[in-house]
Amino acid sequence: MHATTVPHLSERVQRAWEVLDTVPDPEVPVVSVCELGIVREVLEHADGLEVVLTPTYSGCPATEVIEQDVLTALAQAGLGPARVTLRRAPAWTTDWIPATAREKLRAYGIAPPGPVPPGAGFPLRFVPRGPREGAPPCPNCGSLDTERLAAFGSTPCKSLCRCLDCREPFDHFKPI
Amino acid sequence: MQSSIQIARDPAVHYLLRLGDTCLILGQRIAEWCGHGPVLEEDIALANMALDLIGQSRAVLSRAGQLGGQGYDEDQLAFLRDERDYRNPTLVELPRGDFAFTVLRNAMASTLLKLLWERLQSSSDAEVSAIAGKAIKEARYHQQHAADWVVRLGGGTEESRARCEAALEALWRYVPELFAADAVDAHAQTSGLGPGWDALEATWRDEMGAILSAAELQAPQASKFLSTGKHGVHSEHMGYLLAEMQTLQRSYPGGVW
Repeated sequence: MHATTVPHLSERVQRAWEVLDTVPDPEVPVVSVCELGIVREVLEHADGLEVVLTPTYSGCPATEVIEQDVLTALAQAGLGPARVTLRRAPAWTTDWIPATAREKLRAYGIAPPGPVPPGAGFPLRFVPRGPREGAPPCPNCGSLDTERLAAFGSTPCKSLCRCLDCREPFDHFKPI
Repeated sequence: MQSSIQIARDPAVHYLLRLGDTCLILGQRIAEWCGHGPVLEEDIALANMALDLIGQSRAVLSRAGQLGGQGYDEDQLAFLRDERDYRNPTLVELPRGDFAFTVLRNAMASTLLKLLWERLQSSSDAEVSAIAGKAIKEARYHQQHAADWVVRLGGGTEESRARCEAALEALWRYVPELFAADAVDAHAQTSGLGPGWDALEATWRDEMGAILSAAELQAPQASKFLSTGKHGVHSEHMGYLLAEMQTLQRSYPGGVW
């Protein structure tokens, strides 16, 4: 996926990867659109570059902003003309986010996603009343004593949790 | 005033419109909660689910437009059809009601959509299969969230339970339409585009049964009433919904953000 892992890249494509790795995600600016795994491929055609993006959520309002940011960054770096195409399959998954980016998320105060459970989804489960639903470790103090407050957070990709030790609320990047 | 478009008489297009319109109209109804949710977290949750549904609808309507061969895009299909050309089952167009009505309908609709997306991942149409690969993850989450609420309200206070029972009574009569097979389903089944919706009925009843049982609620007797939204004959509520949803595109043709 990243430039260094694919052989025979032209200089223009390599430069494009470097530039794209500086384009922040509009909703989670601490990581780049490359680190989130949204940029899948950069291809060179006779009439310019083609950047292949895979959207995170069907209705993510940031998708169109990301398309625009990618084109602007390439134009500013003198790598245009370029166009963006969307590729839906394989579907985007948080498993594409590398460990280095997960650490950036945590340092930023967002609990990174755990691995996506294998198999076709999960059976419905009903949590009894009383105990709160579990949550990942607190990204601020590392405590394991946390709880989920809401299934949906500030963006479609996150849920809202809080730490019962340091009492800070935090976002959790949902594994999907 | 922008005039209406007419859709192709193609069973594959109608099959996709049923799916895309189910997402679109349910998304529109859920979005009505924005700013009115009972608690802030749930207001945000409903808005997030509406976003997912409208995103799924955009993708499916785009594909329906391509297959129809008339050059219509997602916006024209969403905003410029007449009521009779919307193909969603009546269930999703009913007014949003109270919160119990909303979460119970979300449980019913997201269970249906989850089962559809599961099967559509192996659609013979590569684009539909790709859309399903993404949407299935979202639908699972929606179903879990709605099921949690049905269980909370069913096992909650006397008031919340009474509201759940009333919602169940009002909604259950719209179930038969979901699984009433017709030529559109048969064509999709044969061509490999997707399953006939009737093939999902047994699993849907199992999963809804598990949710209702955990909520200690009883499904009402089966209804003989058969609603007809999938054929374009809608309830009296649909016109008002469309009037609100379409007004901007109809008044300012081609308007964009």
